[in-house]
Amino acid sequence: MKELKIGCGKPTGSKVGEAEKEEKPMEKSENKKEDIMASVSVGTKAPDFEAPAYQDGNFGQVKLSDYLGKWVVICFYPGDFTFV
Amino acid sequence: MAAVATKYEDLKKLDVEVLSISVDSHFVHKIWQEEELSKMVEGGVPFPMLSDAGGKIGSIYGVYNEAGGVNTRGRFIIDPDGIIQAIEILTPPVGRNVSELFRQIQAFQLVRNSKGSEATPSGWQPGKPTLKPGPDLVGKVWQEWKVENAF
Repeated sequence: MKELKIGCGKPTGSKVGEAEKEEKPMEKSENKKEDIMASVSVGTKAPDFEAPAYQDGNFGQVKLSDYLGKWVVICFYPGDFTFV
Repeated sequence: MAAVATKYEDLKKLDVEVLSISVDSHFVHKIWQEEELSKMVEGGVPFPMLSDAGGKIGSIYGVYNEAGGVNTRGRFIIDPDGIIQAIEILTPPVGRNVSELFRQIQAFQLVRNSKGSEATPSGWQPGKPTLKPGPDLVGKVWQEWKVENAF
């Protein structure tokens, strides 16, 4: 993992393997946001993101596009200490 | 999460990295690991546990539940080119099936390695016959593949 620099997880606003756009995703207009959401479907590039992470006793920073060239499984789940 | 952790070595053999992600902070992930996960699976969860406070990433992936303030169970298989190959989204009370995850990854890898010349029919498992899509197969799937093969 890279050194932890960001406070919270955020989309980079670009797709994996594509150049990052200059504007911050959260500053985009609602239309732009919908564009990105509508594009999350099978057969399309995954939206890139960065997030703080915990692994093996350490905190660090993970960026999805750092894993290009490998298969990646992303597992979203409701919360730590839940039962399933 | 513990179930995936148990099979992590097998996933790595398939060149798969796992990223788990919830709205919890990385601090909470640490305590969950130490207090519970490490007691469910030896060594605890070995892959990065990401924090999506506020659900910004979950929103982009279409799995953030605003009413609950949490991400639902969304599982995405992404290939080495960064292309999403599979999506499975479940409401919170029902857990996933790691065996099905393995089956799908192996199927997608087979298709990729064959450069699209092979496809895996319903219920395919590693070692079972595949189909070779093309003009010759049209109308002839019934000869190549039996419904019993799906089970």
